[in-house]
Amino acid sequence: MYGNAYIDPNEKPKSIIDGEDPIKLAEFEARIARGEKIEPKDWMPREYRKQLIRMIEQHAHSEIIGALPEGTWITRAPGFKRKLALMAKVQDEVGHAQLLYSAAETLGKSREAMINDLITGKSKYSNVFNYPAFTWADACIIAWLIDAGAIINQVANAKGSYGPYCRALDRICTEESFHLKYGHDNVVTLATGTPTQRKMVQEALNRWWPPIMHFFGPSDKISNHTEILMRWKVKMATNDDMRQQFLNMYVPKIWDLGLTVPDANLKKNEETGKWEYTEPDWDEFKRVINGDGPCNAERLAVRRMAEERGRWVREALHTPKSTYVVPLA
Amino acid sequence: MIKSLDPRVTREQIDIDNQIAPLKDLDQWETYEVFHQKKRGDQHMHVGIVHAPNAEMALLFGKEQFGRRGVSVNIWVVRTADVFTSDYDDSDIFETVPEKQYREAAGYKVMEKINKYKKQNK
Repeated sequence: MYGNAYIDPNEKPKSIIDGEDPIKLAEFEARIARGEKIEPKDWMPREYRKQLIRMIEQHAHSEIIGALPEGTWITRAPGFKRKLALMAKVQDEVGHAQLLYSAAETLGKSREAMINDLITGKSKYSNVFNYPAFTWADACIIAWLIDAGAIINQVANAKGSYGPYCRALDRICTEESFHLKYGHDNVVTLATGTPTQRKMVQEALNRWWPPIMHFFGPSDKISNHTEILMRWKVKMATNDDMRQQFLNMYVPKIWDLGLTVPDANLKKNEETGKWEYTEPDWDEFKRVINGDGPCNAERLAVRRMAEERGRWVREALHTPKSTYVVPLA
Repeated sequence: MIKSLDPRVTREQIDIDNQIAPLKDLDQWETYEVFHQKKRGDQHMHVGIVHAPNAEMALLFGKEQFGRRGVSVNIWVVRTADVFTSDYDDSDIFETVPEKQYREAAGYKVMEKINKYKKQNK
């Protein structure tokens, strides 16, 4: 479950291909232009490697932290079937993290280094998971709409240029399709249920709408940097394009259920075909992604607790003779 | 900050500022490449990797990671360090003469010859 890589807007813009071998760079770009994938041991520009590590790592962290708000609802899921399904979904999310950590590892950053950067707060993860799931309906809205947003992002990125990331995403998208259907089923059950159930799901939607609008990130500054990343098929669509795609696919489905979206300005402009909406509060987004959200501290504390309590098991199983080799693909 | 809704926080009462020592190298063990067979009769296919301390644990993690939806009937694991690979930089080792029809069934067209022979010997 992941929106889009957060690129720090204050990062110093510099020419990202400075010092690269022009012949190798031309071959690399020609390979991507032909639609071929880049594999781990191929030559690649430094910036390509750096951006991919950052992106895949953030994606992996988002999966593992994303399991936490939903995980809290496993014990209270209404009914045996929903409990089974939610456990399966949460297990899938953690499995996705493992697939993604592996893909990032092929670029040369170890899983230990990535986990260390997560638990010290150095690496980012998707901002939505810094918000709490107050009721069962919140867990349902997450499973439907946050996963829907994640699928839009992941389907786009699966057509990217880096082989291991694309292969991981293909597998992830297959599993996410179950999450989406499961979430939709839950929301429909509440929305077509008693007045209390309808009220509960409407209130959850109201709470989650701002984080959902934040999900794909602020409008991209069209810069030389973005252009090169798009040419290298690291970034596959602009944040705004993905947000439009999401609104186009899901707002009608929300309205179908007689639910309201808490934005009076939300409507499709029939002339341009684009959705118009109130600009999300990007100051809040920046504040939360930089650590000051309702759940940032506890998410990382829970993660550190899990690492710490599992440590003796991992150490007991450690084989002194083993050596680390970067995974192949 | 709001009161936590996470039972791991509320019941365990973990300290929000529970700083821990960083993970050491190989904390997550080495990696194994995983191959699974979807159904009897299929080839085993490479599906990805797992981190594991030994082959038995790699099988267990491989089953959980790649076989939990019942899409596997058999799994192989092999240490990544034990796989010998060719290099993409040496892709020219696969280059060969451009015309290799003599290796293909489609390179052999006998019907024309047979028909011609039949016509001549009618």
